[in-house]
Amino acid sequence: MILPSLILLAVFVYGFIGRTVYVSLTNWGQDATQALALNPKLVFIGLANYVDLFTSALDSRFRQDLVNTFFFTLFFLLGCLGFGLGLAILLDKKVKGEGVFRTIFLFPMALAFIVTGTIWRWMLQPQGGVNVLPTVIGLPRFEFAWLTSRVQVWQFNWQRLPVILGLAIAAGLLVAVVRALRRGRPGRAAVLGFVALVVAVWALTGAEKVDILAFPEAHGFNLALIGVIIAAVWQMSGYTMALYLAGLRGIPDELREAARVDGATELQLYRHVIFPLLGPITLAAVIILGHISLKIFDLIFAMAGSDNIRTSVPALSMYLRAFRANRFAEGAAIAVVLLVLVAAIIVPYLWTSLRGERRR
Amino acid sequence: MTRSTVTQPGVSQPEVSRPARGSWLTYLLLVLAAGFFLLPVYLVVITALKQPADISLATTWQLPRVWNWQSFAVAWRAFSPQLLNSLILTVTATAGSALLGSVNGYVLSKWRFPGANIVFPLILFGMFIPYQSILIPLFRFLAGIGLYGSLWGLILTHIVYGLPITTLIFRNFYSEIPDEMIEAAKIDGAGFFGIYRRVIFPLSISGFVVVIIWQFTQIWNEFLFAVTLTTQDTHPITVAIANLAGGQAVNWNLPMAGAILAAMPTLLIYMILGRYFVRGLLAGSVKG
Repeated sequence: MILPSLILLAVFVYGFIGRTVYVSLTNWGQDATQALALNPKLVFIGLANYVDLFTSALDSRFRQDLVNTFFFTLFFLLGCLGFGLGLAILLDKKVKGEGVFRTIFLFPMALAFIVTGTIWRWMLQPQGGVNVLPTVIGLPRFEFAWLTSRVQVWQFNWQRLPVILGLAIAAGLLVAVVRALRRGRPGRAAVLGFVALVVAVWALTGAEKVDILAFPEAHGFNLALIGVIIAAVWQMSGYTMALYLAGLRGIPDELREAARVDGATELQLYRHVIFPLLGPITLAAVIILGHISLKIFDLIFAMAGSDNIRTSVPALSMYLRAFRANRFAEGAAIAVVLLVLVAAIIVPYLWTSLRGERRR
Repeated sequence: MTRSTVTQPGVSQPEVSRPARGSWLTYLLLVLAAGFFLLPVYLVVITALKQPADISLATTWQLPRVWNWQSFAVAWRAFSPQLLNSLILTVTATAGSALLGSVNGYVLSKWRFPGANIVFPLILFGMFIPYQSILIPLFRFLAGIGLYGSLWGLILTHIVYGLPITTLIFRNFYSEIPDEMIEAAKIDGAGFFGIYRRVIFPLSISGFVVVIIWQFTQIWNEFLFAVTLTTQDTHPITVAIANLAGGQAVNWNLPMAGAILAAMPTLLIYMILGRYFVRGLLAGSVKG
């Protein structure tokens, strides 16, 4: 009886993904007359679309899209986790009117990203909204072009990406080394340390020679994204609050009492007892929010507009390329890159989470 | 009791074993946070209730000089076709995906078949994919069977891509039903559908409530499928709002009133059935 559903999903998910991958290897859309033909002639051109995305001068927008997604995801995650955890801790203090506060913090989750985007677009008008809010109590107004700012900070040359990535990986490995040492596993620490050293040496000597782009190209964090990040945190931090609150409620009171009796301060209680217990929830939140953030599309569409390249992301570029410009093959290539990014965080998560379930 | 909210490093005082109660600082922070969440609501409502001529950026935060309830009448007239589209789309697709998901969940939890351990994660993966990665073939497929631009094409799409989450919620829900009840029904001679109708379905009410609320909210709010697969006549409300707000030189009271209308159905459900809404929310993080 489950068979009809399985067939539907096999075709609509896996069949269509396969088809998209194939389309991304063709030239569909390069010839405008063929683009919308009933049976377009597709010529197989291998990885050319992908090579263009990462090396062609015309596609620098796509590379900035990736950088935008990186910074958006980073700050969106930090905002939602920090804010959500803070609210959950406050609400866990047996406050009066908890239900009212919870309802207020969570209601944006019921709204469409399109609605949120429309509202915040009005909130962030350069001459009004948040910028004139201080004048209500007599303070000078803000001057910030929220969604249209052309300022870009933390610029780097895309050609140096291998160096940056290499050093980032080495730094990540160093953190793992410290953790292994703390847990008393020197053998593991030595292996990780060695790998970190090799990667770092390579990043500083060999990576410079890796030629990924024929010309220097500056990318960085577009300040125009800040407004979108605030709106996204406004919408989604209630979700992390709900997750954390459920987690905090699951911690038995006896455990806190025991820690207090042992003379732990509130800070120590949170650091050594409660936060470690919330670890799995944080991981789940990072995965769920992270994949939402990679896919973010409607919010930016409604808030900053589809033609605002300062705030563009791959999900938006894919839509514009495929369905506005009818360059289907290039759109498909962006979609596949996006799918790979999402799969990279979702597949390991599904794997471990379902394996754990089976063991239970 | 400020200590229970903010603890400075180094200042360690022995904690009395009394349950931490909210202090005035806790309430202050909560009220500030509530302000952050409600500020946009205030702005939307007062903007919607202003006359177009009274809306200026400098007086954004002031209450309307004249309360212009007409905005909602105008927005209703402008958006009622799209609201109707959204309603038909959402009700039909929610019902379809909930029923199919219920049967799937029943099979996956009570009729373990060989390979189920492989099939289940493959089903779940379908709810995480970026829909951009299936959009081009989907668009061509719907065009091929003549459903591009029709509400039915969008309904079919939402039913299919709703299956993973509805299946997951029902599977977790049904695994709570003791197997003994199934066995007892089998002994009484009930078959696959007999068990579903007599045992599983009657016990599914709160499962259905969670799934229906979740799917209703998701489908009502969805935009990517809506904007690619529908045409002028079949636009749901999200597309209409995006088109209106995207245009320049628009009277802002109209998109704001429209946004309120578009938000109302899901917001009301959330207000009335919040508990079930949160359960759907938490189920989405796989470990139900």
